[in-house]
Amino acid sequence: MVQTIGTHGEPDLRPVGLHGVAADFASDQRAFKTASWGKAMMWIFLLSDTFVFGCFLIAYMTARMSTPVAWPNPSEVFALHIGGQDVPLILIAIMTFVLISSSGTMAMAVNFGYRRERRTTAILMLLTAVLGACFVGMQAFEWTKLISEGVRPWENPWGAAQFGSTFFMITGFHGTHVTIGVIFLLIVARKVWRGDFDQERRGFFTSQRGRYEAVEIMGLYWHFVDLVWVFIFAFFYLW
Amino acid sequence: MNETTAHAHIQSGQQPQTGQQHPIRLYLVVWGMLFVLSAFSYMVDYLGLQGYLRWTLILLFMMAKAGLIVAVFMHMAWERLALVYAIMLPPLLVLVFVALMVSEADYTIFTRLAFFGTGP
Repeated sequence: MVQTIGTHGEPDLRPVGLHGVAADFASDQRAFKTASWGKAMMWIFLLSDTFVFGCFLIAYMTARMSTPVAWPNPSEVFALHIGGQDVPLILIAIMTFVLISSSGTMAMAVNFGYRRERRTTAILMLLTAVLGACFVGMQAFEWTKLISEGVRPWENPWGAAQFGSTFFMITGFHGTHVTIGVIFLLIVARKVWRGDFDQERRGFFTSQRGRYEAVEIMGLYWHFVDLVWVFIFAFFYLW
Repeated sequence: MNETTAHAHIQSGQQPQTGQQHPIRLYLVVWGMLFVLSAFSYMVDYLGLQGYLRWTLILLFMMAKAGLIVAVFMHMAWERLALVYAIMLPPLLVLVFVALMVSEADYTIFTRLAFFGTGP
């Protein structure tokens, strides 16, 4: 019942399992003993974001269930005309693969960060940012195509008017998250490249010493963006 | 090492940073599995499966992907149980909200059909 190896390498004799939960929540100073405040706060922010996206998806479900007009078939709406035939959802599938790949490179960047391989970490983070930017670019293409076909927040050519409002709301909010993530990635990648975390250079905003954990915290945000897309892909595009 | 010195160490960042070290191979395997699961999800639509089979497969692949991302990429599998419970339990309560809104949506469409007929 005792965990012998802490996250930071030193022996950390703390109970695990339900005894660990009781010990953690009953402790002073910090509730989550092996997670730093930075990491715990990012998790709590992501929890709040989960509720925001949850509300959007529930609103979409309610709109779709309560309209007497037929809901547009996403398989046809998001089809692209390639080589003389309509391929259903092809752009969405490519976007999904691009975002998953960016999650893969991000996870590896976190690992190389803790190994203190500065350049590899920065390059993997830049690659993640490029893939994220590609995703936003494809989303811009998708929006342009649908707007040119007459989709508006209040109407669309294929049926229930609510389709337009929920589509722009949900994908727009997710795209905003990806865009902010790309900016955030570029900032942290610059810090890694410059060696801020090796020299423990103080941050310009918080004056705290930088640590490679910043890469992991950045990674949590990025994986969350990918996680939300998993649900949007299933509920909005496949359903 | 007692708590005070451990805390001081964390704040000064003197000890080598070894948090969340896992083999690269693990990430590559999960990356591959996410690719395969996404391809399966896409095939559900491409093959035009309908009804309960479609529902089940979409939800199954969705939960498998979400689980892999949270457990491995976000390192939740290696976090302390207190953090896991604090983060994973609240979203489950969203299902109560879903149930409420399903009931609400059923009532809305019932009144719309009863008072306005099949279309506006």
